[in-house]
Amino acid sequence: MNHTQQSEPIQGTVMVIGGGIAGIQSALDMANSGFYVYMVEKSPGIGGVMAQLDKTFPTNDCSM
Amino acid sequence: MLTLSEVTDISGEEGNLQVKVLQHPRFVDMDKCIACGTCAEKCPKKVEDQYNAGLMKRKAIYVPYSQTVPLKYAIDKDNCIYFQKGKCRACEKFCPAGAINFEDTEKELDLKVGSVIMAPGFTSFDPSSQDTYGYAALPNVVTSLEFERILSATGPFMGHLSRPSDKSEPKKIAWFQCVGSRDMNRCDNGYCSSVCCMYAVKQTLIAKEHSDVDLDCTVFFMDMRTHGKDFDRYYEHAQEEGIRFIRSRVHSAEPGPGTDDVLVTYVDERGHQEREIFHMVVLSTGLEIDEHVVALSQRLGIELDPYHFVRSDTFHPVATSVSGIYACGAFTGPKDIPQSVMEASAAACAATQPLAVSRNTQTKTVEIPPEKDVTREPPKIGVFVCNCGINIGGVIRVPEVAEFAGTLPNVVYVEENLFTCSQDTQDKMTAVIQEQGLNRVVVAACTPRTHEELFQETLINAGLNKYLFEMANIRNHDSWVHANDPDAATQKAKDLVRMAVAKAGLLSPLHQTDLPVHQSALVVGAGVAGMTAALSLAQQGYPVHLVEKSGTFGGNALQLHRAYQGEDVSAYVKKLTDEVSAHDRITVYPESTIQGVDGFIGNFTTEIQTADTTKTIAHGVAILATGAREYKPDEYLYGTHKAVLTHSEMDHLFMNDDPRLKAAQNVVFIQCVGSRDETHPYCSKVCCTHSVESALELKRRNPDINVYVLYRDMRTYGKREDLYREARKAGILFVRYALQEKPKISDSGDQVRVVFRDPILDRELAVEADFLCLATAIVSYHDQTLAQFFKVPMDADGWFLEAHQKLRPVDFANDGVFLCGMNHYPKPLDESIAQAQAAASRALTVLAMDTINVGGVVCHIDPDLCAGCLACMNVCPYGAISEDKEKNVAEVNEALCKGCGACAATCPCEAAILMGFNNQEIYAQIKGALAA
Repeated sequence: MNHTQQSEPIQGTVMVIGGGIAGIQSALDMANSGFYVYMVEKSPGIGGVMAQLDKTFPTNDCSM
Repeated sequence: MLTLSEVTDISGEEGNLQVKVLQHPRFVDMDKCIACGTCAEKCPKKVEDQYNAGLMKRKAIYVPYSQTVPLKYAIDKDNCIYFQKGKCRACEKFCPAGAINFEDTEKELDLKVGSVIMAPGFTSFDPSSQDTYGYAALPNVVTSLEFERILSATGPFMGHLSRPSDKSEPKKIAWFQCVGSRDMNRCDNGYCSSVCCMYAVKQTLIAKEHSDVDLDCTVFFMDMRTHGKDFDRYYEHAQEEGIRFIRSRVHSAEPGPGTDDVLVTYVDERGHQEREIFHMVVLSTGLEIDEHVVALSQRLGIELDPYHFVRSDTFHPVATSVSGIYACGAFTGPKDIPQSVMEASAAACAATQPLAVSRNTQTKTVEIPPEKDVTREPPKIGVFVCNCGINIGGVIRVPEVAEFAGTLPNVVYVEENLFTCSQDTQDKMTAVIQEQGLNRVVVAACTPRTHEELFQETLINAGLNKYLFEMANIRNHDSWVHANDPDAATQKAKDLVRMAVAKAGLLSPLHQTDLPVHQSALVVGAGVAGMTAALSLAQQGYPVHLVEKSGTFGGNALQLHRAYQGEDVSAYVKKLTDEVSAHDRITVYPESTIQGVDGFIGNFTTEIQTADTTKTIAHGVAILATGAREYKPDEYLYGTHKAVLTHSEMDHLFMNDDPRLKAAQNVVFIQCVGSRDETHPYCSKVCCTHSVESALELKRRNPDINVYVLYRDMRTYGKREDLYREARKAGILFVRYALQEKPKISDSGDQVRVVFRDPILDRELAVEADFLCLATAIVSYHDQTLAQFFKVPMDADGWFLEAHQKLRPVDFANDGVFLCGMNHYPKPLDESIAQAQAAASRALTVLAMDTINVGGVVCHIDPDLCAGCLACMNVCPYGAISEDKEKNVAEVNEALCKGCGACAATCPCEAAILMGFNNQEIYAQIKGALAA
């Protein structure tokens, strides 16, 4: 961190690029620990590849 | 949430970044769209559906899939007839909400953020160019992602196992592993994609379940890489189920003569060429980074490796070369869901660490409508019956169930939904509850385990107490298990609805109270994982107590020479230890043990026995990072012959530059010593890579040395595959052995004689080895006492059991307690560090709160009915019940109670009442069940 820039307050906002399972988990954790989150997703909706999977090991839960 | 958006540029410094985002037009007003689907129904243009891997068509106006968030339609401009040819606008004409906006434009947004996490994911390798497998030419050769959609109930064949060419049910399917992975000839992907072996095994078993015949499944593979937690058991199970596993890289797939079948040519392990007909072939395609992601990374200056994954070092697994930008998921290297989720949490921790001073400065609070008092109202029940796509509706006659629900007492409103859980249905449900004045809600759908919270939130939004809600599980308990008997399933659905409605009528609102959170943490274990977790939390501003049973910090890492990318481990451990010791928010307790734990999330009290005294500390969260140890075998002359070593012992020779290493002529490694056998039926994950690293190190020190690695499956997963390739190039010999035919060792003076069978030569070979390095298992400490103190479960192998293996990999079911490192499962340093940062991130979600809610579905003991027998206290698995000695009755600590109801079932006086499941409610439910 450059000291000459200290005059500008440190942002309490973060950004996540990608709305798959990893992006969603990052966003939730940060939102739940006191940060405002922008999620940027290229497609019309989030979910990523995991939403395409039928069932997952070991619980056979559907991926929704 | 910014959908249809892409980041074009990031400038500034960590803490103050300016991000340019380009938001593409949706052409549908998100505020107006009610997701009714009329537009897509009327749209005349059919487009290949990417969600279904191109196996189905969607329209030019679409939602990617029916549970999409946000559930709002979008127009695909490139395929829209109006945009391409200037007329149509059918969607606009038919949209009942007036949501279509053809004038919508691209927007450029300038956003200020402190840091950025890149989680762009992967694309599945496109095998079109590999004509030997016939993907482009043969309709019944599909990719694994296409097969995933074929198996899915929302897929092209509605979950019926069918092959694309003629929709007939295949009776014989082959899987080809490593398509687009571990291949430098047909593509440039030298890495192992890590996930394909396991998903192929899963697909074989699920396909068998979906099939009406005894499906013949064959997997062609090179090494079976089922190295994750419980993965090897699953692989064994698949073998028991009759799945055929053939060790061979398939030569070619050609059209079967005169049919749509596929003729597969391969060479078996003995060198014989075989030809076999399959009805269908699944290509287990690897993971790749999308070219747009590569372009963005280059623009932002993020350094990538030659395979386009982020170049990250072992000790900073989620950092990129650009300060302020972090990465997680498949972007940092191919990995499975639990590992991606761990890294995601780790990135959240790392990315917010420099911003900790600004915590809670830019968040917004949610407005919750005031709760309506319904206690004096007669029950007015609304019933929502879900089709779950075809999951329920394909078996149960949902309209009949809905009609039946309307005839039940107290039911004033009934609705049938395609997906009750979708966002638009939730919004509608909120409106319906308010308009109809509903005061109890029943949803007949899936399981409360996954969906109760979602529906309860809808009740809260509608101003109802969230406990005035009941679910009837007509999917898992009904349509799934009675798929072959629709009449009986429909009848059972009615029974389940009748039971739920009977109970719902008696439900009363329950309330929760706020308890303050003690904003400090306890970390048990000061290995690399424990120290990383402690340091992360301290740097985020919270006090940490770090307890270590031994006198030194660093754990197993002290025994390691180098990490897999060549980094010096001891230098890093020293730096980490110094930082931890110097940090003013960390209190260290060396040579100390935990003597007792009391309390619950936000409010734990722990007794620590140090070398000279006992201390009691208060903390809000606990992270268990107690590690594991290297197995010391009692075979292969270990402990009796000085030439026989374990990995850590060989690393000591490296660290001490032992002269014997230079003098050695022959060194043999034996893999899976104590792993993947009866005593430890799991893969220890780290040993293959460790052997390859050590073998290469020996070659570097003495290029003339002969090194043999005797293995069962080489599991150098992910980017580690490069090391394996390098080792083979360096002339290190890899010879496979079978569990039934282990290598034989005998004393030969200063050396040991190693005799083993080479399966390719089909001959027995003997080597006089100067060193025999045993790649021994990683085993658990089996610390049951610690598990009991924190009320956390352990699996059969002694690994701590997380709350959910995919989605909650560092949480325990006991709230406020987290895990990381090797007590979860054997893992290399980079994964331990990521998991430690993840545990810290999850702990932060608790520490960042001032208060937590307790109450709701908990037990209450009526002191007037309690006889003081304390039977309840003995059955409570959470230690939530104690004795009030003055009144001679039992009482419940609401914060510890998990609402399991064991006490209520045990109490002979019916004094223990489980709120939300009291006797009257349960009796009503039973009567409902028997009323048919």
